[in-house]
Amino acid sequence: MHMLKIDNLHARVEGKEILKGLSLTVKPGEVHAIMGPNGAGKSTLGNVLAGRDGYEVTQGTVDFAGRDLLALEPEERAAVGVFLAFQYPVEIPGVNNTYFLRAALNAQRKFRGEDELDSMRFLKLVREKLKVMQISDELLHRAVNEGFSGGEKKRNEIFQMAVLEPKLAILDETDSGLDIDALKQVAEGVNALRSPDRSFVIVTHYQRLLDYIQPDYVHVLAGGRIVESGDKDLALKLEEQGYAWLAETHPELRKADLAGAPA
Amino acid sequence: MNPLPSPFVRAALDAAGGLPDSGIAWLDAARRENLQAFAESGLPEGRNEAWKYTPLRALSQRAFALADRTAASGLAIDPALFALPGLDGARIVFVDGTFRADLSSLDADGIELAPLSAALSSQAEPLRFALANRYRRGATDAFVHLNAALATDGFVLRIAEGATVSRPVHVVHVSSGSQADTAWHVRLLVEVGKGAAADIVEHFVSAGDATQLGTVVSDVVLREGARLGVVLLQDASPATTLVRRGHVRIDAGAQATLHALELGGGLVRHELHADLDGDGARFDSRGVFALAGRQHVDTQLEIRHKARDTASDALWRGIADGRSRGVFRGAILVAEGADGADAALSNKNLLLSGMAEIDTKPELEIYADEVKAAHGATIGQLDERSLFYLRSRGIPLAEARSLLTLAFCRAALESLQNDTLREYLGERLVAHLPTGPAE
Repeated sequence: MHMLKIDNLHARVEGKEILKGLSLTVKPGEVHAIMGPNGAGKSTLGNVLAGRDGYEVTQGTVDFAGRDLLALEPEERAAVGVFLAFQYPVEIPGVNNTYFLRAALNAQRKFRGEDELDSMRFLKLVREKLKVMQISDELLHRAVNEGFSGGEKKRNEIFQMAVLEPKLAILDETDSGLDIDALKQVAEGVNALRSPDRSFVIVTHYQRLLDYIQPDYVHVLAGGRIVESGDKDLALKLEEQGYAWLAETHPELRKADLAGAPA
Repeated sequence: MNPLPSPFVRAALDAAGGLPDSGIAWLDAARRENLQAFAESGLPEGRNEAWKYTPLRALSQRAFALADRTAASGLAIDPALFALPGLDGARIVFVDGTFRADLSSLDADGIELAPLSAALSSQAEPLRFALANRYRRGATDAFVHLNAALATDGFVLRIAEGATVSRPVHVVHVSSGSQADTAWHVRLLVEVGKGAAADIVEHFVSAGDATQLGTVVSDVVLREGARLGVVLLQDASPATTLVRRGHVRIDAGAQATLHALELGGGLVRHELHADLDGDGARFDSRGVFALAGRQHVDTQLEIRHKARDTASDALWRGIADGRSRGVFRGAILVAEGADGADAALSNKNLLLSGMAEIDTKPELEIYADEVKAAHGATIGQLDERSLFYLRSRGIPLAEARSLLTLAFCRAALESLQNDTLREYLGERLVAHLPTGPAE
């Protein structure tokens, strides 16, 4: 049984078609890495799955554990178990991090018909997760992401994921802008959350994150579609050779689709 | 020139004709003089700059009789209507502008609180300076003239020199909402003695939905080194028209602080004039107006730095939803010789609906040297990225909007020291915020 099945997905942003027939199936417990050159549609995929306004699906289907994901509001997608770790987590002055997270968790629980957590039970849960993520509880008292360093923001995303316990986590270039220590911390957090019934889609520009998070599958997204799939060795090959070689097996890809090879 | 007085003016003249003399010659003369000034000017019109964004054409066609004092004295009012958590000090309650001894509790350490009628009959002379004050002629001050002509009730509050009043004085204006098309007028006088410290909570509520007009004019003086904190909670019904004018004089080393939360009212005008008269005087004002439906709320701040090393800090937030309209004018004047003045003014606004409107106008006039002045005003909408972020974590759209809106206002209320009151104001604001999607 699949957890996520994307079939022939086409999506437009500001009238421009970015995804052009993307298909991907993810089973429970699997970790899929999606790599690809700049402008291939990597971030668009995450935003479409999370339901962001302005991302218009023109064709195709997305099935999430038997539900039509595209028919759900963003908050409903979260409640059924989809989590997007943002590439650029937004700062929200005036909204306390802990308050926000409890409101989010309880809104999800309410949607699922579960009882809401009072502040005692919530705090207990938060303390457990803090240990796993090695986040100082000082961050909890601040406004959401306000004044956080790049690394703190990304760790806060993973921390939120730990508290919300989604079925499917999409990490949108979570590794970008992180130094090696921060990258390791984020990877450790993700690894701690791996389980047989939780899946990950890791969108990344660089192979190095995959040194710390072992993917089951690696896909290349180019020209708005998955054009190549393989195991971890594919990531290594991309690291060494870039994307240009794909033009031989995929003559339909234009040169511009393959520009922006990883550094 | 207005050849024919409007229904509004005619009704005011009729109301004045029915008022008994006070028996105090200077007071009756002042009332007549103010009535005449009001009759001559009428209500301000659109070309009056100070009233540009608050048109009164519709109001001028309405006639308000004076609210009946006997009826106001006998109305059953549930004290729960104006109960505020943690407020158990002195309280003075007016129902349709009439002092209600049965709902009030005037005794508290360090204060002298008396209804205006009682203060006039015991010792009128000390009130002469304030009550016989000659306001500028002209329509800009029309409502002040009207209030001076027709207000027969109010209070005099004196805080004794050096006294520290620990519990806030609760001032309650109840619009009964049961005497349709009536007006009430209240006059307040406050003096905070040298080195004294006190807090006042001024509270507007409605007990019913009938259309009423209320005017309140206050004169507040802070003597040397005094400290006064004022919290204003305006929660009147949408059928209420409220016009308020406050004059605050702040002497050397004294500090006044205002936290205002304007939630109710149909048509509201709030003018506050603060004079920083003495060296080192300070005035901080914080306010939020949150409007919906067809509400129109107009806030006018005039802060005048007249002495050395004076400071003022104004931080106001506005939210307009539905077809409401918010107006904010913050004017800061630094007079010649007021060197070392430090003035800051910030007004940020959120439009929650395409049909709502906000007009904001910061003004700065500086005639002194070595002055620090900063002002800014913005009008914007809820940030789509933040909304999506909250929703992507499972928070429903309506709750996300309300969370962000409250966050936007937080800066204006967080400096209120009274925790219980601050939390209560926050709750009132949340309850008042729109929860549905934008129109």
